[in-house]
Amino acid sequence: MKVAIASGKGGTGKTTLATNLASYLSRTAPVALVDMDVEEPNSALFLSGNAHHQETKSKQIPQWHAKNCTLCGNCQEVCNFNAVLVMAKRVMVFPELCHSCYVCSELCPTQSLPMTQKPMGELTHLKADNLDFVESRLLIGEEQAAPLIKQTHDYVDANFLPEMIKILDSPPGTACPMIEATKDADLVVLVTEPTPFGLHDLKLAVETVRHLGKTFGVVINRDGIGDDAVARYCEDENIKLIARIPNSRRIAEIYARGGLLIDEVPAVKDAVALVATTIQDHLKGGTR
Amino acid sequence: MKIAFTTQGTDWDSPMDARFGRTQYFFVFDEETNEVKTFDNSAIEQEAHGAGPRTAQKLVELGAHVLITGNGPGGNAAAVLSATGVKVYVGANDMSVKEALEAFKAGTLKG
Amino acid sequence: MKEIVVVSGKGGTGKTSLTASFAVLGGTDVIVADCDVDAADMHLLLEPDFAREEAFFSGELAVIDQGQCSGCGRCAEVCRFDAIRVDEGIYTVDDLGCEGCGYCARVCPDAAITNIEQNVGSFYRSTIRTGSSMVHARLKIGADNSGKLVAKVKKAARQLAEQQAKEIVLVDGSPGIGCPVVSSLSGASLAVLVTEPTVSGIHDLKRVYQLVKKFGIRAGCIINKADLNPSVREDLRAFLEHEKIIPLMEIPYDEAFTAAITAGKTIVEWDASLRTRIEGCWSTITALVTEH
Repeated sequence: MKVAIASGKGGTGKTTLATNLASYLSRTAPVALVDMDVEEPNSALFLSGNAHHQETKSKQIPQWHAKNCTLCGNCQEVCNFNAVLVMAKRVMVFPELCHSCYVCSELCPTQSLPMTQKPMGELTHLKADNLDFVESRLLIGEEQAAPLIKQTHDYVDANFLPEMIKILDSPPGTACPMIEATKDADLVVLVTEPTPFGLHDLKLAVETVRHLGKTFGVVINRDGIGDDAVARYCEDENIKLIARIPNSRRIAEIYARGGLLIDEVPAVKDAVALVATTIQDHLKGGTR
Repeated sequence: MKIAFTTQGTDWDSPMDARFGRTQYFFVFDEETNEVKTFDNSAIEQEAHGAGPRTAQKLVELGAHVLITGNGPGGNAAAVLSATGVKVYVGANDMSVKEALEAFKAGTLKG
Repeated sequence: MKEIVVVSGKGGTGKTSLTASFAVLGGTDVIVADCDVDAADMHLLLEPDFAREEAFFSGELAVIDQGQCSGCGRCAEVCRFDAIRVDEGIYTVDDLGCEGCGYCARVCPDAAITNIEQNVGSFYRSTIRTGSSMVHARLKIGADNSGKLVAKVKKAARQLAEQQAKEIVLVDGSPGIGCPVVSSLSGASLAVLVTEPTVSGIHDLKRVYQLVKKFGIRAGCIINKADLNPSVREDLRAFLEHEKIIPLMEIPYDEAFTAAITAGKTIVEWDASLRTRIEGCWSTITALVTEH
């Protein structure tokens, strides 16, 4: 079972919930935490474990072979992403811009652009008792997060049993990376803050997960600041409000140094327990 | 030697465009013949990604030996320019084309 | 004309709150451009009137004309994104899966596939409650921000600045380290980095600063929630000194930020003592960009 922790905007507490939830669940059963925010993966800053496995994730890109090339220009013409340019004496390929669609390679009249592997990120797998932690990190300069997210899903599917709970720390926003991270999820938990910014971005995230046809619920982080507009919105829209994580300066301080909140703040542990219960209920047959 | 500038206009008093990939114009000055040619690069607005290398390709086609710009090209564009031997000078952000040429001659731009 | 671009790398550092505050302090002297299109929240504080809307097109999407399609399946064979679906011999395109590479259209023997530019959202030229103008955008679900959109927003803002003879364009920059933030920073006179002394704050600041540095853009930094963690704050200060980034301001952790947002106000309209500090910071910034 995959549970995606997502949000419409960054900085609402996604990573805080994901790391604490995974740690909490791992006290009773094996659980995997997967950091899908491959552009800015931060979960590892809050966890420790022993290195279990590391691999370079690659994508397929064309590689120019000069020998038979007539510099006819077809490859540049068919590429929709400016990833291949035909210069006076050579063909240049820009791996970060390439979407691996194969069109230039397979339509080249002289087969001068065979596809080859190019690293785009690093996947790391750590283990600590009951907790497996998988993180993928996009190399600087790489433009597209979605292919690496997809390969991370593939790694998770190949290495963990389907019934094991996997917590996915998703990228923020409502664009391709967020969709790629959450589209396989059985349950989506949207984290928000009770402020006009939080509400505005939550509405966009709700629209997205509804479009994807997902079962989802909301966690309000920093509860107590702002107003009750988010709670009212959830009620009006018939969205399950799973839990509220209280606001406190102490929580912000513990986060700042990379600490786990469930060990130090009972109210956070209670909120995380509610999320865990929702996941377990969903596993048993599910409430919407 | 042909010197190209990224500009917001088409004459010597035009302000420089600090951007490379999405520059509005190229202003190309041929030192030997004193000829000036300008190129309207506004079609680049249509490119969602990869504006830099596309513009660099255009610059090479224009026959420039030297590029004078503001912030400097990104990695992909820089790769095109270095592969084709175009020398890049940056830091001409808040100048007119004329001032940028003077600064280049005085050696105050970063190579 | 000067462009001040505010970036942070990480979300939740107070970047938008501070940018909106600068917009209020700058009043009619500054044109505002919101390039944080994925979480475009500045309009909640500045109340734009959405006066002029322009549709924004980006990327392509394959569309199959069922009248022309003979059902040969060649499109599904070449598609690397599993974006061609087949149901009882009828081929259709999965909009969210299609990357717009155009391969299917090129090999379709029936010429049944066309690539259509996608309307992925709109951008607006608005008047805001400060009396000045703002350019901002709204994207549809699944649509990515791009260098193209950011360049368009910035261009429209520059044009407004020219028409109205304004000296400063204030840009709320895009997050992350990809193409949109490159486009946000490109052409900037000054980058204002907003960060917080948390382990993720410093981590993301360093990543975004790599770009600022590569473009040779002068940078200043605001440390928000500065008292949250003294040891990370020291690390941040050391980083700024080492990189010669101008320290602009440190603000303590203050829930007035949230209270102001909740009331639909910027922080400078809400808290007098914070206003004094932020005013000082804004004068430093404007002095930096106008000094030459």
